[in-house]
Amino acid sequence: MTNAELLKNQSSDLTAARIDEERRDLERTWADKPGIIGWLSTTDHKRVGLRMIVTAFCFFVFAGVLALVMRLQLMFPNGHVLGPDLYNQFFTTHGSTMMFLFAVPVMEGMGVYFVPLMIGTRTIAFPRLNALGYYTYLCAGLLTFFGLLMNIGPDAGWFAYVPLSGPEYGIGHRVDLWSQMVSLTEISALIASANIVVTVMKLRAPGMSLNRIPLFVWSEVIAAVMVIFAMPAVMIGSSLLSMDRLTNVSTHFFNQAEGGDPIMWQHLFWFFGHPEVYIIFIPATGMVSMIITTFARRKTFGYTALVLTMVATAFIGFGVWVHHMFVTPLPQLGQSIFTASSMLIVIPNGIQIFCWIATLWTGRWNLKTPLVWVLGFFGIFVLGGLSGVMLASVPLDSQLHDTFFVVAHLHYVLIGGAVFPLFGAVYYWFPKFTGRMLNETAGVVNAILMFIGFNMVFFPMHILGLIGMPRRVYTYLPETGWGDLNMLASIGAFVMGIAAIVFVANVVYSWKLGKVASINPWGADTLEWSLPSPIPQYAFQYVPIVQGRHALWERTDDAPVVTGLHLNVREVLATSIHDAVPEHRYSVPDPSIIPLIVGLITGVMFIGFMFNPWSLPLGMFALFFGFLAWFWSNSLAHRPPAFPEEDNPPLEEPGDVAPPVEVTA
Amino acid sequence: MNGIRPHFRFERILAAASVFFASCGHGNQSAINSAGIQSEQLSNLWWIWLGITAGVYVIVMAVLNVAYFRVRRASAEAEPDIAPDPARERKVGNIIKGCVALTVVIMFVLMIVSFRTGRAIAAMPAAQDPIHIKVTGQQWWWQIEYIDEHQPSNNVTSANEIHIPIGRPVRVDLESHDVIHSFWVPNLHGKRDLIPNYPTTIFFEADEPGVYWGQCAEFCGFEHAKMRFMVKAESEDDFNAWYAAAQQPSGSPANDSEARGQQIFLTSVCTQCHTISGTPASGRVGPNLTHVASKPFIASGSLVNNRENLTNWISDPQAIKPGIRMPMNTYSQEDLNALADYIQSLK
Repeated sequence: MTNAELLKNQSSDLTAARIDEERRDLERTWADKPGIIGWLSTTDHKRVGLRMIVTAFCFFVFAGVLALVMRLQLMFPNGHVLGPDLYNQFFTTHGSTMMFLFAVPVMEGMGVYFVPLMIGTRTIAFPRLNALGYYTYLCAGLLTFFGLLMNIGPDAGWFAYVPLSGPEYGIGHRVDLWSQMVSLTEISALIASANIVVTVMKLRAPGMSLNRIPLFVWSEVIAAVMVIFAMPAVMIGSSLLSMDRLTNVSTHFFNQAEGGDPIMWQHLFWFFGHPEVYIIFIPATGMVSMIITTFARRKTFGYTALVLTMVATAFIGFGVWVHHMFVTPLPQLGQSIFTASSMLIVIPNGIQIFCWIATLWTGRWNLKTPLVWVLGFFGIFVLGGLSGVMLASVPLDSQLHDTFFVVAHLHYVLIGGAVFPLFGAVYYWFPKFTGRMLNETAGVVNAILMFIGFNMVFFPMHILGLIGMPRRVYTYLPETGWGDLNMLASIGAFVMGIAAIVFVANVVYSWKLGKVASINPWGADTLEWSLPSPIPQYAFQYVPIVQGRHALWERTDDAPVVTGLHLNVREVLATSIHDAVPEHRYSVPDPSIIPLIVGLITGVMFIGFMFNPWSLPLGMFALFFGFLAWFWSNSLAHRPPAFPEEDNPPLEEPGDVAPPVEVTA
Repeated sequence: MNGIRPHFRFERILAAASVFFASCGHGNQSAINSAGIQSEQLSNLWWIWLGITAGVYVIVMAVLNVAYFRVRRASAEAEPDIAPDPARERKVGNIIKGCVALTVVIMFVLMIVSFRTGRAIAAMPAAQDPIHIKVTGQQWWWQIEYIDEHQPSNNVTSANEIHIPIGRPVRVDLESHDVIHSFWVPNLHGKRDLIPNYPTTIFFEADEPGVYWGQCAEFCGFEHAKMRFMVKAESEDDFNAWYAAAQQPSGSPANDSEARGQQIFLTSVCTQCHTISGTPASGRVGPNLTHVASKPFIASGSLVNNRENLTNWISDPQAIKPGIRMPMNTYSQEDLNALADYIQSLK
């Protein structure tokens, strides 16, 4: 039941006619501009979020196709599908795309879409900035695939170790494409993260104190904080690398001949690279928590423990990066410390798994597709976690490092730990995206095919690694005896491909023709399920007052709502950080084309930096005018008449509800 | 005799698995088919860890399976349980606490076993009188130099093939002058990265005679896949015989064809990169060819050393290892034959 319906049932001061009139006002205020301009200038977090998700899935499919071609190449010893040049471009683009252009953006897209809805507000804190984030991300993605299609794709691996990626060995502009892609996506990631953190801290509905925030929102906040600490490391790395590589700048940060240090690159990269894994995984655990709670039909077991384990994982995640460097000549004692810290991760992750199993064990299952995906998640992720523990041991890692064992491990944790929950989440939230349900039967077929295919591809890779097959080889000799298991893996890859086709077909079909969904088809507990599907642009006609941790399950029929926000400007309620007590009104800017323009300038500036250092000052100069227009139009939209002083007096007591915002009933 | 030590029990439990693993490859490039004291430590550690972690996995999956069959079903309309029975919640909470405690214990057991293995391996290099070898990784082959500290004239330079005597420690100094490579002979020891400006040393010792394959394990560009090398572990006598032969310069050509082949070699671009000791050819860019005919493989372990492969390799190496520095060479059939005769005489 939506808030408006709830209010109509209550004997409140607001008549049904008044409620409908207010709805029309809100529709007008929050509408995008008409036509193509509206499409390009939208700052609606739902449209931007959905674009991020759809774009990310396009890259997922594209990089998946690259993986299939690589599996064809490795199907037989001495394969002739790809030469070393193309194979190197393919695996680099596959890895970089999956990490930078799929996994992180899709998790952020889910956050951008659902976080404001789950915390009961009408928009994300900085909607224009949010749109800018999407455009820089899009520039980065197009740049990467333009490179591959022009046969100048990056070819030094997603980790781009110097000196192979440096000016001497990484010839042409291939690695430049990679480093600029990294810089652009990290800008986008930082934007989304700052946005999510501020949104959650300041825009929660009244009553949603910190201990009532849904677990998915927690996971997005924690991942966002991790992004803010981790991404600068790789941005510094990629910037130093592009300066090393740029003729006329030619710095020597990583040039060992001039006192630079190739190991410094590895530290910079993995200080970002390992937290990156948790940046992907933690939002997925949030999804798992949401799905398990809804489909086990009971309150989450160990809410506090689950939040704290996510925080603990985030902390420990910053102290384990050296386990990617165990076979470099670093001092042994230091390495042992990183063994200990890496193994420490099993404690929070173990607690998470136990809490989820406890929720499932003591609940009653509504065994639908999202839960099927989560069960698959357990089967795969637990194995991947345990093989990860093996890689934390310095001696074992000396054998397993950079072999197919690691390929198996990382796909078990990333596909099992993040993609399976993500697919479950898409099945779960599809009604909110489109107002229609995905097909259940196809969904279960999809999940089972994916599970079987996945294990066929990646389980044999553990053994391949043990019997000596290194990673990133474009071929192998028949004498090695690796042929049979590679054949099995390649067949499995095509089973996964079929599963992906089932998914895409299901989405395309159900988008227009699926069963129409009710407001809350799964009987879920979070606020987005009180919104009509598809969701109106203003989302909540009345901002709800949250009465418990499981907002909808604990909502009473006489639940109060917030009234009194302006209807003629885009206004939301800002609340206090701890207890979500209303503090003041906050209005967000109208849609604008300027984020698109600023995004394009940023993209051109970074791409230009591959060729000429002058692109940086010139780009900054152009950006100055871009931001001038950005902020000027902001202040024009909020010129004083929209806010008569007497209409919004200062707070009398901190923590008070600011008049004239009222809590009815 | 060691039956009470846990890892031997695990080894027995997993004997079937190990047979399966071993049958997957020929076993001469395998981390679990150990042929030396270091790799034996590592493979024992592997089986202990596999046993413990597999046990954990089986238990977690069993619990989930029981839950799948045991837990009642409900529809989306079913009233959610927002106030579960506190007594049961407490009980479940206590079970979870127990599981966490067990996890911590298992974690410490694994960690201690790992540290012990690490220390045991680190203690091994103390042995006296190792064979001293310097390995330099290059794009995409391995330069092997035997160092005789007392008698530098005994030094031997070779490529992609390491001979070692069994039962005697081997000291390998690792260096790279181009990009990062990684030296890895899984049957003998774990890997070690060769990073420019970071010379490093590993020790290993083979117990059983045999041929063990190694391969570059850090992505190093185009031909990373074909940067292989072999380690031949043999008896002390065989090794000494090989070493003595390897110190000799190449012999003079035995017939006209070989003489013509030598002439071609010495008057063409070959000498820019290759050394044949006993001749003026002294290039250092490519592998030393002084005894190339005695090697079972060419092209960094990616081609069997026979006449057909050799002539194909000389005339168009880019078809076999695209991207390497060796150019295509156009010789008449006659010249190519003579060149092959000469190279095949370099025993």
